[in-house]
Amino acid sequence: MALDAEAVVKELRSTYTSGKTKTFEWRVSQLKAILKITANHEKDIVKALRSDLNKPEHETFVHEIAAVSSECDFALKELRGWMKPEKAKTTMTTYPSSAEIHSEPLGVVLNISTWNYPFLLSLQPVVGAIAAGNAVVLKPSELAPATSALLSKLLSQYMDTSAVRVVEGAVPETTALLDQKWDKIFYTGNGKVGRVIAAAAAKHLTPLVLELGGKCPAIVDSNINLKVAVRRIISGKWGCNSGQTCVSPDYIITTKAFSAQLVDGLTSELKKFYGKDPMQSNDFSSIINSRHFDRLTSLLDDEKVSGKVVFGGQRDKSNLKIVPTIVLNPPDDSLIMNDEIFGPLLPIITVNKVEDGIGKINAKEKPLAAYLFTNDKKLQKEFIRDVSAGSMAINETTLQIAEHSMPFGGVGESGFGAYHGKFSFEAFSHKKAVLTRSFAGDVEARYPPYSPGKLQFLKVMLSGNVFGIIRALLGW
Amino acid sequence: MDRLEEGLRKTFRCGKTKEVGWRKAQLRGVLKFVEENESKIFEALKQDLGKHPVEAYRDEIGVVKKSAENCLNNIEKWMNPKKGKLPLLLFPSKGEVLPEPLGTVLIFGSWNFPISLALDPLIGALSAGNTVVVKPSELAPACSSLLYSTIPLYLDAEAIKIVEGGSDVAEQLLERRWDKIFFTGSPRVGRIIMSAAAKHLTPVTLELGGKCPVILDSFSGSDFKVAVNRIAGGKWGPCAGQACIGIDYVLVQQKSASILVELLKNCIKRYYGDNVKNLQSICRIVNKQHFERVCNLLEDPGVAASIVYGGSFDRENLMIEPTILLDPPLDAQIMTEEIFGPLLPIITLDKIEESIDFINEKPKPLAIYAFTKNDKLKKQILQETSSGSVTFNDAIIQFICDALPFGGVGQSGFGRYHGKFSFDTFSHEKAVLHRSFFLELEPRYPPWNDFKLEFIRLAYSFNYIGLLLHLLGLRTPNRSR
Repeated sequence: MALDAEAVVKELRSTYTSGKTKTFEWRVSQLKAILKITANHEKDIVKALRSDLNKPEHETFVHEIAAVSSECDFALKELRGWMKPEKAKTTMTTYPSSAEIHSEPLGVVLNISTWNYPFLLSLQPVVGAIAAGNAVVLKPSELAPATSALLSKLLSQYMDTSAVRVVEGAVPETTALLDQKWDKIFYTGNGKVGRVIAAAAAKHLTPLVLELGGKCPAIVDSNINLKVAVRRIISGKWGCNSGQTCVSPDYIITTKAFSAQLVDGLTSELKKFYGKDPMQSNDFSSIINSRHFDRLTSLLDDEKVSGKVVFGGQRDKSNLKIVPTIVLNPPDDSLIMNDEIFGPLLPIITVNKVEDGIGKINAKEKPLAAYLFTNDKKLQKEFIRDVSAGSMAINETTLQIAEHSMPFGGVGESGFGAYHGKFSFEAFSHKKAVLTRSFAGDVEARYPPYSPGKLQFLKVMLSGNVFGIIRALLGW
Repeated sequence: MDRLEEGLRKTFRCGKTKEVGWRKAQLRGVLKFVEENESKIFEALKQDLGKHPVEAYRDEIGVVKKSAENCLNNIEKWMNPKKGKLPLLLFPSKGEVLPEPLGTVLIFGSWNFPISLALDPLIGALSAGNTVVVKPSELAPACSSLLYSTIPLYLDAEAIKIVEGGSDVAEQLLERRWDKIFFTGSPRVGRIIMSAAAKHLTPVTLELGGKCPVILDSFSGSDFKVAVNRIAGGKWGPCAGQACIGIDYVLVQQKSASILVELLKNCIKRYYGDNVKNLQSICRIVNKQHFERVCNLLEDPGVAASIVYGGSFDRENLMIEPTILLDPPLDAQIMTEEIFGPLLPIITLDKIEESIDFINEKPKPLAIYAFTKNDKLKKQILQETSSGSVTFNDAIIQFICDALPFGGVGQSGFGRYHGKFSFDTFSHEKAVLHRSFFLELEPRYPPWNDFKLEFIRLAYSFNYIGLLLHLLGLRTPNRSR
């Protein structure tokens, strides 16, 4: 049955216009419904993710289920506060007056999700949309079909389908949805499709959040606790969906002098995590599909790169598995050093001085995240000041996005807009300015016919200079 | 064009625009520009729009001064990192959000407030530490030329460029890649800008317009007169109605319509005079094309029949008389398109509450103005309509309140500025997490097992006691899930 996108939007708009989604009670009921989904269907979610990505249970629990439920819990706790108008300061210039900023929903919004965290990246933006009082359509990724089907089933079972809808499908369905007029579009994915979405949104002047990706670099200094550092790198790379994560460290920059130690440190911990024969380990994800599998293996099999593999490299096409792989100093012009890898291959680039890493990073597009491992405070300061990225972590990878009080989003090629915690609520809200004036104190000088005297008066009023204004009001 | 963009990027890369000293110097430069060139600015505005110096000061120079001073007073505070609250679980750690400049940004000014709509966004871009290209509107050529020739004398010419020209120049600019584009203008051009920006994934702020309505409740006494004064001032005061937040039309109860019309007529005569060839203190229409466009709105016979005051024009001087219409046909262009001119339709209703549905049938406007003492109606307006902003018992004045975000929603645009919102609009908020190597949590890492899974469950619910007991082996896992 062909998707009637227009009918879906029409229906949701009618629900929105009825005012139901704006009530505190409705928002709470829907957030609680999502919590019920995560609580009652853990096994189903784990099963779907094993099917789509062979994702280990622990990863599913931490990165998909718990991340969604903790976002819901946080929203439920804070929602009343978020919904309250904020007072804004007025100045003498508009006296007497009072000013407030009211948050209101945008209307009917669209979330286009992706395949690598198919549960999380579908529901986390939906939590924000609902908390802000919108009606929402979710389009899960067709590349993760088990999760897509599960989301469709569970959301129609637990949520208010007159305002929250899942539309499954592929390019034709997404295109049909993009032809409609939305009050906001939220997209997670790559820059190429991001451009298509931005162009479609432009036709209706629809505001956007684009959560894209990039080559997230990690500079590793010698001045560190090596064991802890490599574990955190491994955790952020292979422990996050086998590197198929927008904020995974894509490549490492270290000094020529330190590289051997770093490689040793990484390989020793990798063996502990995944065993001597990692192909047998079930503790890391498989590659999503054969197209991406082929893309990744061809990055490795490039004749300029294949000789530089220092660990791993084994692959099993029938199971779409590629083991954790480290490549030392592939050439700057190789594809593995130019495209976002999005997989379990980790290039290590060496430089003479660790500070040179900053220049190497800045020669590429701004990434979604950038990492630095060092105890050197001066280097930390320089890195933070001179590298632009969506977000950063010092002596850590990926955890900065687990924090509700910090915005998660990109800059430049890695996207624009942000969410998580209160930022999700704001991403799906319109902040309406409200100024209330009294009739008292109407000032003649506001009105024509204009005169030099009125001009003088105006200058003083606009300067906000209290004494000047009082004198002016008293007629000098 | 290539050299223009490259030059600005090179300047940005050298890092000087990030220094607070540089930013403050630029802001002081903008202040000096308006202070030392006041009479030249008045002259240019008179030439381009017939704008009276008082209006020019109020809406252009005064606005720029106020913005620059506000930025100078607050910039250090705005540049400071904001601390993030991190959970105990991540101890020891520190989180902060740092604002950083986006890089090289492009600002399109507009012709109706050619000085303030170019310089106010510029102030925001500079305070945030960016390099900037400003393209003033070619429909206000005297102001464009003044900015082009004089701004370089006050601001760092390696970091700020004024580019003059028409749509061909705009097109060339739009082919380049910018880190942000800020546009003030019409929805039609807004779409073009946004489509061009999409190719480079450039974030955009669009300050558009709409039909900004007035809801005028019925109440007696001198306050009603004050309300009408403010409505007249809010319609014809800013650029003869050619303003994005200008009053477009008025909704009023049938019983108050005739007194409203009478009071408005008095205002018009008092403020502007009644001879279209000799109107005072009011702008002219910007050019022939817009003049014809506005006059054509009166062509429809149903519309012409509804004129109760005014309706004459002086084609030679591009002046249109302040005109009042009573209940023109609702499907006429004057009631379906943004007027952007000195024609004021008054629509009468049985009950003032009907104004809410009336407004909601049209696209969301940049501003809604409501004159009322009825708290219930105020609440209804706030909850049941959507607009960039709402002002009670006045008009236009929300523009100078720096603590309020200025921006649209829906067809009136997205993004916002003024005050700190200007700084934010041209910044990227970068989240930074600092961790130490001390204190590692084993259960973070594979190989996975049930102990680690239980640990993670407890961690996620921030059940620290449970975690401690679990680590000490004193806890039976909860298997009820």
